[in-house]
Amino acid sequence: MSSRQRTTLFLIAVAGLAPLFAWGFRNLPPMGDYRGPYGYAVTQVAVYERHATDVVNAINYDYRGFDTLGEEFILFASILGVLLLFRPSGDDHKGKKQAQVEDALPVSDTLRVGMQAMAGTMVIFGLYIAAHGQLTPGGGFQGGVILATVPLVVYLSGDVKTFEAIVSNPLTKLAECGGAGGYAIIGALAMLGGAHFLTNFLPLGQTGDLFSSGTIAVISVTVGVEVTGGFLVLMRSYLREIIEERLQGEE
Amino acid sequence: MRLLQCVVLLLVAITAPGVVLSRDPKCQVVTLSFYGLICALMFFIFQAPDVALSQITIGAVMLPLMILLTLTKMRRQNLRREQEKKRR
Amino acid sequence: MLNYLAYAVAAWVFLWGLYGIVTSKNLVHQVVCLAILQTSTYVLLLAIGFKIGGTAPIFADIPVGTPVVDPLVQALMLTDVVVEATVAALLLSMVVKANEVAGTVDPEELRILMG
Repeated sequence: MSSRQRTTLFLIAVAGLAPLFAWGFRNLPPMGDYRGPYGYAVTQVAVYERHATDVVNAINYDYRGFDTLGEEFILFASILGVLLLFRPSGDDHKGKKQAQVEDALPVSDTLRVGMQAMAGTMVIFGLYIAAHGQLTPGGGFQGGVILATVPLVVYLSGDVKTFEAIVSNPLTKLAECGGAGGYAIIGALAMLGGAHFLTNFLPLGQTGDLFSSGTIAVISVTVGVEVTGGFLVLMRSYLREIIEERLQGEE
Repeated sequence: MRLLQCVVLLLVAITAPGVVLSRDPKCQVVTLSFYGLICALMFFIFQAPDVALSQITIGAVMLPLMILLTLTKMRRQNLRREQEKKRR
Repeated sequence: MLNYLAYAVAAWVFLWGLYGIVTSKNLVHQVVCLAILQTSTYVLLLAIGFKIGGTAPIFADIPVGTPVVDPLVQALMLTDVVVEATVAALLLSMVVKANEVAGTVDPEELRILMG
């Protein structure tokens, strides 16, 4: 089927799909007219029950913690899939340099200084966001991704060797597996006391404190660790050949 | 407030075809990053700060990064294939 | 009429993403159009959960009774963003493998090579 035929067929399908959308959306309430009971119920009780001021994260890691467990394992499984697809095959051409990879990129002074300044700031910022998940917007996932972009900033500042050293560190794999398993272990620890899986069993503390809301803070940090490790492992699997070529070239 | 929401919704509606119609992946990386930023702005205006943080980091940084890494790896594969062809 | 603008934008973005997938000549472009398609669900979820006069559901500095937007829908959107990133990562690695095996990333030519 040629491309023109496909486009025509698609336009016919759209002519049927667009009215279907309109018909499907006709009974939704107009935007801004929120009627749902669950939102009202959760916002009344979440701060008192869990001592967490960020209701979205309280829902994510406590009320609907099982869904987030599934989401973290989706992340884990897809990174596992990418690693499997990129595993070293038998015919990796060893010793052949395809492109010259340098030790330091020729970047301008502005970029170099700016990125070097940003790297330290971003580490602190990422740790802050990941640690304060139960109090302010953010949480483990967002802080983890911010931390995972720090090696990129290091790379952009021209320092290729440090970037490769960070990304090839075996701690990243440990972080990813530990984070994913840690979430399940925290859930299972609740069962040791006779409660259900993923019950919030740690002391809830004072609302507004850093160490409040029980397992929400712990799960948030665990998720952050897993996400950081996961994205670093992902970056390494894409750049594995280039890194190994450089290491061979140095020998 | 209503005007701001309508404006940002229209921005999203205008940028999405822009991403789709950039056929070259190298161009699409930049437009995708910009679209991620517009989506994060939309989340912010609709009072969803958690999701806005997620979208900024994932949609404007991680997704374009993964596409660039893919393009790098494919370019190396194509270079290697052409070297093999030249050897034969 | 303006109240339904969000739903119209969601359907519009969805259809454009679908158009991009159908008429794509490059597998990487197709993956990005899939990501665009997934963002249409964010717009829909936002519109469902929004409340006029409501503020962000973070009670760090406001008293508990103030009207806020729906936090559950935002939790769903967070999961959605994560799933978009993971699906794109896996699909992109498959695109790299397809390029290695078949030598091309054009969907038309891939079909011919498979025989």
